[in-house]
Amino acid sequence: MIPTHSSFRLVLVAILLLLLSACATPTGNRSPNPDDPWEGFNRSMFSFNEGLDRAVIKPVAKGYEAIVPTPINNIITNFFNNIDDLMIAVNNLLQGKIKESVSDLSRVVLNSTLGIGGLIDVATGMTFEKHEEDFGQTFARWGFGEGAYVVLPVFGSRTVRDTFGLAADLPLDPVTWVRPDGLSLSMVGVRQIDARADLLSTEKVVEAGAIDKYSYLRDAYLQRRQYLIYDGQPPREEEEK
Amino acid sequence: MKKLFGLLLALLLATPVWATEALTPEMQIKNITNEVLTIIRNDMELQNNGNTGPAIQLIDDKVLQPHFNFRHMTSLGMGKEWRKASPEQQNILVQEFKTLLVRTYSNALTIYKNPTVDFKPARYQPTDTEVLVRTQVLQPGIKPVDIDYSVEKLENEWKVFDVVVAGVSLVTNYRQFFSQEVRDGGVEGAIKSLQAKNQSPEKK
Repeated sequence: MIPTHSSFRLVLVAILLLLLSACATPTGNRSPNPDDPWEGFNRSMFSFNEGLDRAVIKPVAKGYEAIVPTPINNIITNFFNNIDDLMIAVNNLLQGKIKESVSDLSRVVLNSTLGIGGLIDVATGMTFEKHEEDFGQTFARWGFGEGAYVVLPVFGSRTVRDTFGLAADLPLDPVTWVRPDGLSLSMVGVRQIDARADLLSTEKVVEAGAIDKYSYLRDAYLQRRQYLIYDGQPPREEEEK
Repeated sequence: MKKLFGLLLALLLATPVWATEALTPEMQIKNITNEVLTIIRNDMELQNNGNTGPAIQLIDDKVLQPHFNFRHMTSLGMGKEWRKASPEQQNILVQEFKTLLVRTYSNALTIYKNPTVDFKPARYQPTDTEVLVRTQVLQPGIKPVDIDYSVEKLENEWKVFDVVVAGVSLVTNYRQFFSQEVRDGGVEGAIKSLQAKNQSPEKK
């Protein structure tokens, strides 16, 4: 059986090859968008992902939400949140945010001990708030440019920088260290479904607000990345008067 | 004369001083938020059946129409394309964008059945005419969501001109979309897209 980390690397190589083909896809009858140079490719990928979501992921997530009682749902979410706090701590450290990094580690310790293996989030109640960091944000802080917007199969919205971020995040994801591989993949599966279930209600907002779902989600993604990179205080855009 | 003066003075003293002072931006947002939360908590259709229709209508009438500056929101949402529209087109755009924003904002809040809202202290100078008010919506089991309101002072009242949910502005998220629309079909094309969207039935 191929070790899990190699499988993930293979997936990423496939994605990078797809990126190369992105440049060649036409945009259809839409005028080219200077801010979305790979729009044609992205829209195709977006349709593919939407199809996958409609056919497989969303129904499973809805079933999960219907069957799993809320307290268990919360426990599962907490468990995975605790695991990713480690990666968040590393990224805060790499960004020079020592205080936040120490806070993240405190979260891991508190939730793993008092929170019984991460099942209960006691740390937030003790004012160690949960941060959101990843390598994509770290690369941004290090000065790397964003690069073009790209929609990856399965993984969804990214930028070129965030795609490299994704590649860097994976080795640090403790779920990928788990053996045997079958268990590791199951955990990834459960995590994805749990995350998707948490997003079911937010979908209503997107359905209500989006005139063109692709561009709405693209621009929301880009705005949110700016917000996360600047930790909630992005520089205010000059208003068009 | 003296009696009249005395009467006037008595009336003046009877009017509480706070009634003549304008609400601060935080108080304005607190009022707006509490009104919306009250509507949500008391709406039986929403609580029992998950049907958000009546609640959204009430939120629109009682909260959004009086306190949101939709004209500013539309010009902000369209960015540099706003100037390309004629005054008549701008009026139509404001009407359509208002409908869209009301649906979006109401849907964002009616996700919650029993939320509490945390208000963060706003930092601003007494002479500022634009202020950012930060809030956080909390419900057990759901990650806290930041909702920030940009308000501007208009005739002694603070009106909302932008709503940012978890870092995403409900208003400026359409800029790229409108640029594309106007490039491809002019302002008329953008209006048609908005109208088509507003006429499509809301998914349950």
